[in-house]
Formats: sequence, structure tokens, C-alpha cells
Amino acid sequence: MDMQTATPRRYEHIVRAENISLSYGKVRALAGIDLAIGRNEIVGLIGDNGAGKSTLIKALTGVVRPTSGKLYIRDELVDWNSYSVREAHRLRFETVYQEKSLGEKQPLWRNIFVGRQITNRFGFIKVAEERRIANDILKRQLGFRGVGIDADSTISKLSGGERQGIAIGRAMHFDSDLIILDEPTVALAISEVRKVLDFVRSIKTSGRACIYIEHNLAHVHELADRLVVLDRGRIVADIKSGEMTLEQLTKFLIDLQHGAPAGRGPAGTDSGHAAGPG
Amino acid sequence: MTTKAPAGGNASLLPRLARMEGLPIILVFVILVGFFMIAAPQVFLGWPIYLSFLTTVPPMLVLAIGLTLVVAAGEIDLSFPSTLAFSGFLFSICETQLGSPWLGVLAALAGGALIGVVNGFFVAVVGVPSIIVTIGTQFFWAGTASILSGGQSDALQQLDGSAIYHVFAANLFGVLPMQSLWALAIAIFMWFILNRHRFGEHVLFIGDSRTVARVAGVNVVWETIKLFTLMGVLGGFAAVLLTIENLNYFSTQGQGYLLPALAGVFIGGTSVFGGAATIVGTFFGTFIIGMLEAGVVATGIAGFWVQAIEGVVFVAAVTLHLLVDSPGKWRSLSNFVGLRRE
Repeated sequence: MDMQTATPRRYEHIVRAENISLSYGKVRALAGIDLAIGRNEIVGLIGDNGAGKSTLIKALTGVVRPTSGKLYIRDELVDWNSYSVREAHRLRFETVYQEKSLGEKQPLWRNIFVGRQITNRFGFIKVAEERRIANDILKRQLGFRGVGIDADSTISKLSGGERQGIAIGRAMHFDSDLIILDEPTVALAISEVRKVLDFVRSIKTSGRACIYIEHNLAHVHELADRLVVLDRGRIVADIKSGEMTLEQLTKFLIDLQHGAPAGRGPAGTDSGHAAGPG
Repeated sequence: MTTKAPAGGNASLLPRLARMEGLPIILVFVILVGFFMIAAPQVFLGWPIYLSFLTTVPPMLVLAIGLTLVVAAGEIDLSFPSTLAFSGFLFSICETQLGSPWLGVLAALAGGALIGVVNGFFVAVVGVPSIIVTIGTQFFWAGTASILSGGQSDALQQLDGSAIYHVFAANLFGVLPMQSLWALAIAIFMWFILNRHRFGEHVLFIGDSRTVARVAGVNVVWETIKLFTLMGVLGGFAAVLLTIENLNYFSTQGQGYLLPALAGVFIGGTSVFGGAATIVGTFFGTFIIGMLEAGVVATGIAGFWVQAIEGVVFVAAVTLHLLVDSPGKWRSLSNFVGLRRE
């Protein structure tokens, strides 16, 4: 229904933050963040607990409002007053949170459409249509064949990897241009992790952008076009794929934790303007 | 259930039937009625007893249906007995002072809405847990009703046989109380709201997890206020049914509804944890509660057994739902009592 609200216009960056700061009372969660994400880029966001990764994501997707700073979406300035989760959805941003993306007790089809139901004009849901599309997403986009999962499956009966798959499939169905993954592989079995990484790859091949928060450096190093390192609310490094090996990256992060001056990252700058057009 | 018609066509009937909404409690209901028919045939094989149930249960049923949605959202409302009093008073005053019972119906619904909006505001905006807010508002509105009516009761005998009486309380064709039809219509309508409307889906997701609902773009604050307002309006409607049926308003008329209405919801199988709810279950659960007292007395067991038996039925029903919903519990239970060893 509101799928064609954003016109497929040329733009350089799907999202660009300019000097965004956010404080919770006296706690400074984000300090002067400059970050730009290209239109078909997978950007890995790494950093210790409390570095501000989740807060940054929340600011970009309208969950929280920064204390100061500017946000551009598809190169256009965003008005904070009218920016919300709903608005971010409308602008085709989709966030997949670690666990809090799906309603556990609800069937799969409701989870795909909640907040964006297909309804008649009185607000009654067209259940048959939602079910059909949900089954279609399962088969075509996610390749869930013969695993005993269909539109009526309850989320609580699915494995962790399957859940992430559903959430990512939902994002792609609603034609999101930016999909944000908040530690999608945390607490998953190894075989499940492989599935999720494949889902992430399919985001890239379908021409979308992705911000990928991850604890496991090996995963993110393998997948991302660019790595952005956050530390205590600041961006301390912006590394292009191939500029650092996994070992160098690990060492860099450990040095960072020890509070050492750590030498700047190879990008050597606080600003994230190194964004390539992907 | 809408058919999906996958290749392979009609799946066998049995598993489908097993998934039917509220099936366990419908079985309990049928067994109970059957038992009463055998134990007290002179009472339960005649229509009058059912006529009596269909007259007394509807106000409680309307309340229980509203509560089902509130519980589905993981909240609770304990203030509805005061809505029966406050809205009943508004209805009665419109009739006695203004001579307009129809205006009284509107006033009762509006009064209920007011109570609901206040509850919703404190729960959703201020963030006070609903169990606490609604204990407070229960006292407040019941007190307000007492103050305004001076603790008096109003006889409304003049309404007997009037148009409004025919709409809300008369027996259709002499055998079917109008209030039972109203309650049935509300049950069906609310089933569609809960299971097929956007609002109902939002309620279920809020009950499942507020965070998930918010992330999915549900306006949790607004939907919660709407939910409590809906509960208030249904409470106001229940007050209308009750007051017209009694042809009397008294300021304590909500007393005695709190626990039975809640029991009806939980006997019906709605989860106390939120996120899952069944209107069908509430429907039969409320009738079971409404039927037990008369049934137990009719079987010749002394009246003071009634509450004890109600308690047993309640715990048994809730346990049954738990075991049906999670077979794992059944296994651990049988291991616990040593029926089976691993």
C-alpha cells in the first residue's frame, strides 16, 4: 500500500549522520558521530559493550532522538520532529534486533505483517492474502522447503537461525533499502550461524545496504565491505575491507580496550566520510 | 479458520478439530451440562433454568469479553465493578431526572469510556502497573457513585414494558432473553476485533512483548489507552443490561462481579502472561461459572458447597489448559508423581 511512497531516485548515501550526539542524563552515549552508508554497502559496526552501537542504530531508525546533530536519508535532511519508527519503516529502513524482533506466541504470518497489515478499509486484516504472501516469502526468498515451517507456525517453535531468517525475509519483502542487523548470530549454533550469514549475503546481492552489528569479528570481517569501530560513543576507526587482516583487526581492538592511544586506525580519522559508493 | 488449500487438499479432520479454538473448555462445558442433566433432571431438562442463565450471565459475559482483550495485552482491569455502579448511576439519573433512558444508555457508555481513558492514561502514559491503577480507580469510581447517589437505590419500575426494556431485557418470543442476544453479538464482534482486526493484532503483540510491538511500529501507548477505553465502554454496556434487567439501581451493584468475570476469562484458557487469548473460551468459561451455583444447588448438594466446587473447577480448568498447551509439562508432571520413569 505505502510501498511506492519513496521514489527510486538516485542517491549517494542511504543514510548519513552528521555530528550526532546523544546523552542520557549525564551519560554521553554518542559524541559527534559522522557516518555515511552507501546504497549497496554492508557496513560492520563493532565495538565493546556500551560503545554506543545500539544507541547509534536506535538514533538512525527513530527509536530515540539524539540531543544534537543532523541526519540525512537518501541525501535529504530529516526533521527530527516527524521522525519515528513508523517513518523509518516508510522510508524503507528495517531493523532486525537480536531477539526482540518477533512475537514469540504469534504465528509467522502475523509477525511478517504486524504494523503493516494488509487490511480492508475498516482495518480488518485480509488473512488469506497475508498467509499466502508469508508462505511465498518462506519458499522463494528464504528457501524454507520441507522443513515443516509454514505461515501458521508459531515463532516459539522455530530455531534461532530460522527466526533471524524470518526477520530478514520480512525486511526484504517490504523492499527495505537499509537493513540493520543487531547481532543476528549471537547465541546460535554453528550450523545456524552459516544460514544467517547466507541471509546477510543475500541482502548484498539484492542491491540493498546493510548495517551489521556483530561481536564475532570473524563473521563481520568476512562479510562487511567496511568496518566502523565505535569506542565510548565515538567512531575511532573506519576500515575498508582488505585493509586489515583479521589478526590485525583483533590486535587493534585489544589495544583499544587497554585504553592505549592505540594508534589510529588505518583510515586514521574520526569522520566516516570515507564511504565508497559501494 | 480460513482454508489454505495446500496441495494435498483436505487435511484430515481430526487434527484440525483438535486445534479448534476453546475446544477443551467446550468439552468441559458439555460434560458439566450433561452431568447436571443426569444429577438434576427435573431442573436441567427444562428450559426455565437455561432462561435464567441467559438472563443473569450476559452482563458478566460482556465484562469477561472486554477483560479477555485486556489480559491478552498482558494487563489487568480490576475497576469494572465500579463501572457497573458508576455507569448504572448515570443511566438511572438520566431516567429518573430527565425521563430519557436512551440518553441514559449514552451516558452509561460515556461514563465507562471516561473510566477507561483514565485507567489507560495512568497505565500507558504514566506507566503505573495496571493492577495497581485499577485497584485505585475501583475505589474512586465506586466511591463517586455512592457520593452522587447518596448511597440510595433508585427503583426503575416505570421502565418495565417500555421500549428500552424490550430492546435490552425482554424475552424474545417469550423464550430468549434480549441481553443474551446482545452478549452473543458482542462476543462475535469482539472475536473479529481480536483475531481479524489490526487493533486485536496489536493487542496480542503488546501482550507478547512490548518491545517487539514497539519495534514493529505499533503505537503501544495509544493502543493501550484504546484498549482500556474499550473495556470501560463494555463495562458501561454491562451496567445498562444489569440495571434494566433489575429495574433497579443500587450503588453496590458491581459487587460480586470481580472474581467471577476474571474466573470466566482464565477458565476459558486465556493466558495470564498475555499474547494469547480466546473469546470462545471466555464465552464458555463464563457460562460455566454462571451455571455452577444453580447447578450444584439443583443436584441437591447443600449450598455451602458451591464455592469449594467452583474453586476445584477453576484450578482443574486452568491446569487442563496448561497441559493441553504444553505437552512437555504433562511429561514432567507424570515423572514427578512417579507414573513413568525415564
